[in-house]
Amino acid sequence: MKQLLSSMRIAFRALRMNKLRSALTMLGIVIGVASVIATVAIGSGATQRIQQQIASIGSNIILVIPGSMSSSGVRLGTGNAVTLSEADARELMVQCPDIALAAPMVRGGAQVVNGNNNWATGILGVTPDYLTIRELTVTQGSEFAQQDVDSANKVAVLGQTPVDNLFDGADPIGQTIRIKNVPFTVVGVLMRKGQSSSGQDQDDVILLPISTAKRKVIGAKQANADAVDAIMMQAKSGAQIPAAQEEATALLRQRHHLQANDDNDFSIRNLEELFAAQEASSQIMAVMLAAVASVSLVVGGIGIMNIMLISVQERTREIGLRQALGAKTRDILTQFLVEAITLSVAGGFIGILIGVGASFLISKLAGWATSVGPGAVLLAVFFSALVGVGFGYYPARKAAYLDPIEALRYD
Amino acid sequence: MSSLIDIRDLRKTYLLGEIVVNALQGVTLSIERGSFVAIMGESGSGKSTLLNLLGCLDRPTSGRYLLGGTAVETMDRDELAEIRNREIGFVFQSFNLLPRMDALENVELPLLYKVSDTPNEDELGMQALADVGLVGREHNFPAQLSGGQQQRVAIARALINKPEILLADEPTGALDSHNGAEIMNIFRALNQEQGITIVMVTHSDEIATYAGRIIRFRDGLIVADAAVTKRAGDHLAAIAPVDAEVTV
Repeated sequence: MKQLLSSMRIAFRALRMNKLRSALTMLGIVIGVASVIATVAIGSGATQRIQQQIASIGSNIILVIPGSMSSSGVRLGTGNAVTLSEADARELMVQCPDIALAAPMVRGGAQVVNGNNNWATGILGVTPDYLTIRELTVTQGSEFAQQDVDSANKVAVLGQTPVDNLFDGADPIGQTIRIKNVPFTVVGVLMRKGQSSSGQDQDDVILLPISTAKRKVIGAKQANADAVDAIMMQAKSGAQIPAAQEEATALLRQRHHLQANDDNDFSIRNLEELFAAQEASSQIMAVMLAAVASVSLVVGGIGIMNIMLISVQERTREIGLRQALGAKTRDILTQFLVEAITLSVAGGFIGILIGVGASFLISKLAGWATSVGPGAVLLAVFFSALVGVGFGYYPARKAAYLDPIEALRYD
Repeated sequence: MSSLIDIRDLRKTYLLGEIVVNALQGVTLSIERGSFVAIMGESGSGKSTLLNLLGCLDRPTSGRYLLGGTAVETMDRDELAEIRNREIGFVFQSFNLLPRMDALENVELPLLYKVSDTPNEDELGMQALADVGLVGREHNFPAQLSGGQQQRVAIARALINKPEILLADEPTGALDSHNGAEIMNIFRALNQEQGITIVMVTHSDEIATYAGRIIRFRDGLIVADAAVTKRAGDHLAAIAPVDAEVTV
């Protein structure tokens, strides 16, 4: 312990003597650690954001959308057919044991007016089950009920964005807004959800009972008044998602009277898979970024080794003297290792500060989510110490095994 | 009582490139406790090699070396380091003080490598500096001290672990005659008052006469070994008379 303290004192003194040299040596480690911290922060920020989005979508969600429609051999994009119906949704819920909920939805857009304010927003016609599946909660007022759907009541639940744009801070509950000139009573306001992975504002939406939406706002499809744009389903658990998908496929094929060799006239998407893939790719990206950044850490380590070799050379006489006075191999080894570790750990700490600062700037300026966890910081400290030991060992060993006579004679 | 230093047929062979250098060609010698020996000889006569071997900085190619009755020629690096730390004090021609440490820190350096901890290091260091007449200089750096003062710091450093032997390699070689005489008077006092065994390599006949015995080397062999009859600085000897003059 006494020797370690003394080694540290000697190391600090030696480093202070060559301030510029020590600073430049440390710079390699500083840059290495800072870039590792910043890239890991960006990577884990992205991963965290995707996880938040998964949570914001709701859990165990399966989405059914109409398939592509062929019109005289020209295949239109997915979702153009009007093959899904509210009846499909009801039957999916009743007949499929692995499906907990199935909510039909219709989508549209409309200009919404409140007094002097107006705002173009997305309109979703849904049932109360939709809110359950998406785990949407209202912060003010209440959701609309199944009875509002059955009676096609003119009630609306607003996302935060229309509230902000239409009400200028006034309480929206109980107010009447006009959607396509139809008056609706605001009964609830949704909790803020933020942006989706594609940067879409998830709060820029107004929910209406599906029946009202079809009749008053979006308009029913001409081919089939019962048709819906999508059915959102929730499997009873994550493990039941594949089974639920199979059941839904079988039931819908049967209900749509498809022959064995016919293609599905709908498609089923499992959002969990989609996001899992996104999460995995962002993690791979993060690991790759960190790997590239750690190359600079290695370069910094080589800088330390270089300087330590020079330092050993310059202090050959000192080493010889210490040996003559009784310093053992281990004493000299410790002295130079401590010096190398001091360089690298000091560089590491400065690197952490710069890395954290850089992450902060990146999230401020570029608007990327970053997250500096204690794990990344610990890892950086650990690795910078490791670099010190790894690249300091060879020079230190060289010093420790000098021949005392030759070292004393060196000049 | 056996000799403090007892070497038998000590040989040392170097390989300088492809040339074999026989630095020591069979030296047999014993040095008693409390003696003051000067080793003289031309450059390359083997005197420095002998000093290095005596100081456990090097190991002989063959032969025996008993230091205080212990065979040291077979010890490994770290065992030799411990012997040096405990038993031997070195004084060099060029002082070899560490320039970034003040006098006190330089003096305390050997304590750092001691196996057992020293509780009152600074007290010990101050005392060692006082012993060589450097009170008030403990926080001067080597560059702020004269050559003679630096060498006295080096002597204090050599003595801090209370070794039995002081090995000096041309201790006055870098000093003027006045400072040289001062250093030799310190040696003399250490030898006579504290009974420290001193082995000193020197080129100077005058310096050598401070010793009680002069050994001359040529070509790796002892060619002369005699007691000094008319010693320099005998006015000091009056305080503590020479109790054992050794002749071989």
